[in-house]
Amino acid sequence: MNPLRDLDPSKGQRFFVETVPHSVALGLQFVASGNGWVQLALPWREDLVGDPDSGVVHGGVITTLVDACCGSAVLTALPELQRIVTLDLRIDYLRPAAQGQRLRCRAECYRLTRQVAFVRAVVDDGDEADPVATSAATFMVLHQDRSVIRPGATEAAS
Amino acid sequence: MSLPIERTPDVLAPLLARIPYARFLGFSLEGTPDHLVGRMAFTEGHIGNARARALHGGTLGAMMELTATCQLLTLPEIQRVPKIINITVEYLRGANTADVLARAEIIRHGRRLANVRVVAWQDDETRPVAAANTHYLLAV
Repeated sequence: MNPLRDLDPSKGQRFFVETVPHSVALGLQFVASGNGWVQLALPWREDLVGDPDSGVVHGGVITTLVDACCGSAVLTALPELQRIVTLDLRIDYLRPAAQGQRLRCRAECYRLTRQVAFVRAVVDDGDEADPVATSAATFMVLHQDRSVIRPGATEAAS
Repeated sequence: MSLPIERTPDVLAPLLARIPYARFLGFSLEGTPDHLVGRMAFTEGHIGNARARALHGGTLGAMMELTATCQLLTLPEIQRVPKIINITVEYLRGANTADVLARAEIIRHGRRLANVRVVAWQDDETRPVAAANTHYLLAV
């Protein structure tokens, strides 16, 4: 049984953020989760800015928020908790995020096979109807049986 | 940001120093204008999987995006910081507790658009940990 399925929301911050040092460094916040989806948020911070003239956060911040959120969504979809690694992640930057606005990401694992998880994610800065970025990602599910592990895949935000 | 005429790593360094997120990541430039090398210094705060002691995948994507942007800035005709349209990050190997280096190649650029491919590695350039393909708008 996967303890992240039907997770008590009061434990979300601990399970999805506090276990990941870089998520803590960025200041990620757990918002909500269900079976196969997770919402995380990231408050605007001066040291995450990529364009000092406009105060817009760097694209890399959005990449990290999306990677963390997509990985978390896969973990909630698994029948048993397994290690996962990101295979690839594509991000379309639809528009710059507004200065000072908290970013929100919602990721959904919409297809899960024994070895591969397919995820899509949307990032907004307050208005769901006007997203900042959209993303598609795939993850490998690593089973105890090491024979199915793709050699050398990188670690996911898990 | 106004761009200097000459675009060597030394000339681009003060520009990078003005970008708060580049400092947050511990990102710096090495190499020559034709072959810039981006470096992300390791810190414990970059770890994504505490048990496996592996870097967070997002930090790899971020440092590759910074490297691609800087490589475009070496083009003399570029007068503004280019805007990223999209990035596809491919994760190839686990990245462990060490600095990450990256090299970007401008595959094609015209007046409006550029395609830049980036490869990142740690101790051995022939064993990349990640790669990225990016598109940028040059004139906006």
